[in-house]
Amino acid sequence: MTNMKLHKQNRELAIPGELLAEGDFLLGEGTFSEGGKIFANILGLVDTKEQFIKLIPLSGKYVPAPRDLVIGIVEDIAFSSWSIDVNSPYKGILGVANATERFIDIQSEDLSKIYDMGDVVLAKVINVSQSMQVGLTMRDRGLYKLRGGRMISISPTRVPRVIGKKGTMVQMLKNATNCKIVVGQNGRIWIDGENPNIAIEAIKLIEAEAHTQGLTERVKIFLEKKTNKKIAEVPLIEDTVQQRGEME
Amino acid sequence: MKKKSKEEIIESSIADSKNKDTQPDAPLKLIVNGKRLDGRRPDEIRPIKIEAGVLEKADGSAYVEFGDTHALAAVYGPREMHPRHLTEPQQAVLRVKYDMIPFSVSDRKRPGPDRRSIEISKVIREALEPVVFLKNYPKTVIDVFIEIVQADAGTRVAGLTAASVALADAGIAMSDMVASCTAGKVDGVVCVDIDGPEDNNGEADLPVALAPRTNSITLLQMDGQLTRKEYDQALTYAIDGCKKVYELQKEAIRKKYGQITQFNGRGEE
Repeated sequence: MTNMKLHKQNRELAIPGELLAEGDFLLGEGTFSEGGKIFANILGLVDTKEQFIKLIPLSGKYVPAPRDLVIGIVEDIAFSSWSIDVNSPYKGILGVANATERFIDIQSEDLSKIYDMGDVVLAKVINVSQSMQVGLTMRDRGLYKLRGGRMISISPTRVPRVIGKKGTMVQMLKNATNCKIVVGQNGRIWIDGENPNIAIEAIKLIEAEAHTQGLTERVKIFLEKKTNKKIAEVPLIEDTVQQRGEME
Repeated sequence: MKKKSKEEIIESSIADSKNKDTQPDAPLKLIVNGKRLDGRRPDEIRPIKIEAGVLEKADGSAYVEFGDTHALAAVYGPREMHPRHLTEPQQAVLRVKYDMIPFSVSDRKRPGPDRRSIEISKVIREALEPVVFLKNYPKTVIDVFIEIVQADAGTRVAGLTAASVALADAGIAMSDMVASCTAGKVDGVVCVDIDGPEDNNGEADLPVALAPRTNSITLLQMDGQLTRKEYDQALTYAIDGCKKVYELQKEAIRKKYGQITQFNGRGEE
């Protein structure tokens, strides 16, 4: 409290190597300290609250983290696992033990009958080893193979905005367009339902204006205009699958 | 008009250098009344233009102009390394490819890597490695491609300046930016950011790259001969040049990302 000094304002752009603050801050993503001073590590927007300081990244690849919900594409089938592309430099491994609720006998079963190459699956990251081996699971409620619908990709850095605070943004999109929408932390979004085009347009809008003020309001106006119906205030209902959206 | 007069000056300087071949003692006039061929003072850099995020398909990119030297840099990654056996288990590998486009120089450059471009790729990689947090991306590769679109001396510093902006644009973790500039000796006078005719007819060339936060030099080469005193002067000029370049790099990034926090007018009537 005593010797804390900010050199950048909240939401100000920081460039790698720029001085952010001095003092006893708790460092988050995109920051590093050297000699009691805190510097930016990546290109991002300063996000500070009390003793916390971090950067909101504006670009970059998806790096898997435990408990992340991801949309993957089956790339290869191995002896007892599937190799899954998760839109990241690291590929995910889905072992038979984590693939389904039931027991899979690899001696007698053809793994391609369960998940074949090119299939799109909704999975969860269970662990990321030090050597960046990404373990996936589908043994949880709400994790399944995605059939039909459409899949789009956005920058993984925009995902928290698409989800919104406590999932309010996706909830609004779902209500307005009557679509099932699944947002993966890796930037892949799956949409199935009545008005997928409107949902896609709205997501593209969110992606383009991700870091602007009053975005929710603008998306709401956009959806109301496109669907010709009034959108009620979105109640804060937790999604069936826990999603990592924005911080409060 | 201005362009033409510059062309004329270069013509005359070429004539001068031809003159030099026949009469070795004839002095070259690269500096007249304390001004250089293009009208700059010895401590003046060329007009520099930097633009971030110019390529759609690359993860990060930048375009840099140092006068008539134009460089384009593209960053891809971190991504899976191919061939696989070259991966580092504890950190990312930085791969830099510097290349001159065949039409970048007056005599067509034979395309593909040659001894010079392989060496420049190596020194640029070594200039970037100290600032990139390679440990953040184990088992991956970060590819940096630098293309010299037009060459008029100082291509490695323009390329390196572009590469650094492109890395930041790609969202790669770095402890600092890298800004780069040259200095040299022309007609016995130490000058900053030397251009083509000065490079061809001058006495020395000193490219420098600087990590501005810590003031550490990550690239330092010298071609030609300088006395200790001239070297000190040239290094001071080059570092000052790097600092000016750094400000322009920041400005270029702000120009692309600066307005991101403000509403840009789409989606509302």
